[in-house]
Amino acid sequence: MSEHIIEFQNVFKKYPGQIALKDISFTLPRHKIIGLVGPNGSGKSTLLKLTAGLLHPSNGSVRVNGQEVNRRIAAEVAYLSELDVLYPFYTVDETIKFYAGMFVDFDEVKAKEMLSFMQLDQTKKVKDLSKGNRGRLKIILVLARRVPLVLMDEPLSGLDPLVRDSIIKSLISYLDLSEQTVIITTHEVTEMEPILDMVVAVQNGNIQGIAEVDEIRSKYGKSLVEWMKETLVS
Amino acid sequence: MVQSFHNNQPIYLQIVQRLCRQVLRGELGAGDKLPSVRDLAVQMGVNPNTVQRVYTELERLEVAETRRGLGTFITEQENRLQRLREELMEQQIKNFIHDMREMGFDAEEIVDGVQKALKNS
Repeated sequence: MSEHIIEFQNVFKKYPGQIALKDISFTLPRHKIIGLVGPNGSGKSTLLKLTAGLLHPSNGSVRVNGQEVNRRIAAEVAYLSELDVLYPFYTVDETIKFYAGMFVDFDEVKAKEMLSFMQLDQTKKVKDLSKGNRGRLKIILVLARRVPLVLMDEPLSGLDPLVRDSIIKSLISYLDLSEQTVIITTHEVTEMEPILDMVVAVQNGNIQGIAEVDEIRSKYGKSLVEWMKETLVS
Repeated sequence: MVQSFHNNQPIYLQIVQRLCRQVLRGELGAGDKLPSVRDLAVQMGVNPNTVQRVYTELERLEVAETRRGLGTFITEQENRLQRLREELMEQQIKNFIHDMREMGFDAEEIVDGVQKALKNS
């Protein structure tokens, strides 16, 4: 087993008319909750999609769990999109069954447990759920998978404080950090800070810094937000 | 009941401090079982890795011990807990004296001030 869950080597990613990532190389360790922070358009989502095998690098290599990433990496990676990707005509229960059919590692029992933890009504149709409850359901769908790597793109964005709190609690309760690593892109840095082991700061398609949250506190006596202000130069 | 933490110290150290203070106040006694890593993580709203670090640190301080398959317990060595009490007091007083000296107070003034404050509290 490779020591690192993620390895980027000289990765370039170009979109028509713009460069999203510029020659990025870094590795990330296993068994941690890692925050990916940076302004909008910095390259966070691109980085996540490259890791999930949803995009292919223009140059360089991306490895997850020791394997070169391609579309089949979906067997090892659970990816939560920032977009609404659920079928609106399914009920909550049907959505769970659909995912269970799609991924062999999907743990239906765990999903059901999380449904009651989050107090979601299984018989409701996705289109009738509030935005907060759709956010909760999306979290359940990724956390119920037994995969080494979980990627979450903006799981808290646009949700009210109560929903954000219940999502953070469900992360603590249902992640299995002895087996899993989680990478979360977020703007809600202060709220996320107590559950993050590490942060990666991204800006203008570059990695500006990678640090342990404990170290930011003990070495510099700073909160994450203060560290970011210094690391992300404007 | 997610608790808040201040910025200038790692969260795990702040939790270690809180637990040690609970021991001193007698809210946690010798031989008491501590919550599981996950339960304490949920309770405090922090990463389970952080709580694991807390327990490792408490073991290093010999304040707690982990029994395989059973969980983590406050040590039954009463004299260790007594010593913890003295250590924390000593530490706190040292910091206080350091701060007071930095502000230019001498020993007599410090003792005077403390006695006055104690009378009024």
